[in-house]
Amino acid sequence: MATQSTPVLILRPSTGFLRLHLRDLWEYRELLYFLVWRDIKVRYKQTALGAAWAVLQPVMTMLVFSIFFGRLAKVPSDGVPYPIFAYVALLPWQLFAFALTESSNSLVASQNLITKVYFPRLVIPISSVLAGLVDFAIAFVILLVMMLYYGIVPTAAVALLPLFLLFAVVTALSVGLWLSALNVKYRDVRYTIPFLTQFWMFATPVAYPASLVPERWRALYGLNPMAGVVEGFRWALLGKEHAPGPLLWVSVAAVVVLLIGGLRYFKKTESTFADIV
Amino acid sequence: MSDIAIRVEKLGKQYSIGKRERYHALRDTITDALAAPFRWLRRGVSANGDGAPEHIWALKDISFEVPRGEIVGIIGRNGAGKSTLLKVLSRITEPTEGYAEIHGRIGSLLEVGTGFHPELTGRENIYLNGAILGMHKAEIARKFDEMVAFAEIEKFLDTPVKHYSSGMYMRLAFAVAAHLDPEILMVDEVLAVGDLAFQKKCLGKIGDVAKGGRTVIFVSHQMNQIRRLCGKCLWLHGGEVKMFAPTVQAVGAYEAALTSGFLTAGDPAKGAHIDARFIKWEIAEPRGIDPHVLTTAGPAKVRFLVQVNKPMRDIHHGIALFSNENQLIWSTATDFRELEPGLREFVYSIPTLPIRPGVYNWHVTIWHSNHLTDEWFCTPSLVVGTQPLTHPNDAWIGILNVPTVLEVR
Repeated sequence: MATQSTPVLILRPSTGFLRLHLRDLWEYRELLYFLVWRDIKVRYKQTALGAAWAVLQPVMTMLVFSIFFGRLAKVPSDGVPYPIFAYVALLPWQLFAFALTESSNSLVASQNLITKVYFPRLVIPISSVLAGLVDFAIAFVILLVMMLYYGIVPTAAVALLPLFLLFAVVTALSVGLWLSALNVKYRDVRYTIPFLTQFWMFATPVAYPASLVPERWRALYGLNPMAGVVEGFRWALLGKEHAPGPLLWVSVAAVVVLLIGGLRYFKKTESTFADIV
Repeated sequence: MSDIAIRVEKLGKQYSIGKRERYHALRDTITDALAAPFRWLRRGVSANGDGAPEHIWALKDISFEVPRGEIVGIIGRNGAGKSTLLKVLSRITEPTEGYAEIHGRIGSLLEVGTGFHPELTGRENIYLNGAILGMHKAEIARKFDEMVAFAEIEKFLDTPVKHYSSGMYMRLAFAVAAHLDPEILMVDEVLAVGDLAFQKKCLGKIGDVAKGGRTVIFVSHQMNQIRRLCGKCLWLHGGEVKMFAPTVQAVGAYEAALTSGFLTAGDPAKGAHIDARFIKWEIAEPRGIDPHVLTTAGPAKVRFLVQVNKPMRDIHHGIALFSNENQLIWSTATDFRELEPGLREFVYSIPTLPIRPGVYNWHVTIWHSNHLTDEWFCTPSLVVGTQPLTHPNDAWIGILNVPTVLEVR
């Protein structure tokens, strides 16, 4: 049966030299697909409202923000109606917050798989991040309706939207890699998630525009990559004339650093997951 | 192209005691750091306060080769390192030292039904589980009908598996696993569950896999399965290779060792500060050549010796008998007021122990004032060496070994 090209696998203790084994990940792309599919399929089972939750959460948050920040606190919104200003930001934010929560707990929740079967462990946090895209897509439909209602026509920048979406996903993944691997060893992580997402949201221009931050600090503000993502979404969809500029580039750089660090930490601790999870 | 499927050289796996299967709270790390702020300076001194080692070698210095197309059984007592070896070879965990070379696509079955989701239907779980075991979607689709037929669940294909009976659930899980068709298959004791007819079906399937030129590594406690399937056996003891030989030889030596009580070595030393401890057990009556082999189905007395170091009150004593597959066969518990210091005997009079011939393990405990004083997984094992009275086909040997008379009227 076995002919010319039998793959040879060498097992030995891993050394300091870390490789990503991306080909291995590619081999298991179907598993990734099935895990994403499972998460989506199971998510709203036994809920009365089903997929409506994907819409309700951002819409309700938008309403609350519009009343308290938009109406009462008179937070500026860069010249666009406040509800859509907030909603555009809530889309990537909720994608991020959801991915963060799910992926940080993903390895621990998949304990039964990790201790019984081999597959590239990266598949797990990646799949939990990707599963959030369905909710995003559903909530996005509401955005289109709102744009029609407010008569907002996006500029050519809308072509960059897929890039910003990718940016949001990669941001969530890089943070998710850190948190999921840390959570295997330190279960404290799961208790920090609610605080982390809350603080992070206030540090992100969701309820307010980045233009509230003084000009000279704005690039620094980009160290929070979600600031870049959110401002990017507003620019791509709401037809603001000014691109986010330096803030965006700082955000991109921050994510690259976060992602490389996350991958390294993940790969470094990966070999012990099955022993300590 | 070499004819070797697996080559293992000086493979070792070390676990940190206490860290295994336990996660850390950050608090522990912080308190550890506070308690021993300079520990990092003398890292490498591998002893804690009690002088006990902080690490154990679950596997040490394992070397062997498996030629292509061979079925190799791995045998040994619980904790001998069988599952750890399988986990290392199937890439679930990394070796600490040494090296292994694997030629061909591996599939491992350490558990059946890994990743089954209760909310998903049978159909959906077949795809999910197949993908988790490393099958491609096209492969699953091709074997789908075969799997469904094998599991005999056609009617419930679109029902969520949470509504399945446990038998149906197991059959479906087995069906997917049994259709895994890698070049090298590693199986861990998964056949110990499920009903006998189905077990047989699965064993047959594994045999077929091997006939197709595939290599199989098979862990089992059931020597009849090992004998039937494996050409060669690797006997592990205390994480090391005790023997690697043709099955007849290895299983023979292993069973002889079990019977002679050789495997008692390694019983953890018990501290003298314990208020009471079990010292030994034996069959007091009838006395045979070996006090751990029961050769009668009639009355017997089993004696446990207990060293009592100080007067104890409110005693609770439990006893249980497990099969070698860890199935609970029988247990009971007794309360009594007090126990005087000295060497005490607990003697059980048993009218009959009609269980099938094989290896069993006693488990005894003693408590006083609601504190567990001692617990002992008795060594050596109890070997029941009575005449088998059951069905001649060993797939039909049950738990009991009862003499019966049939009258046809």
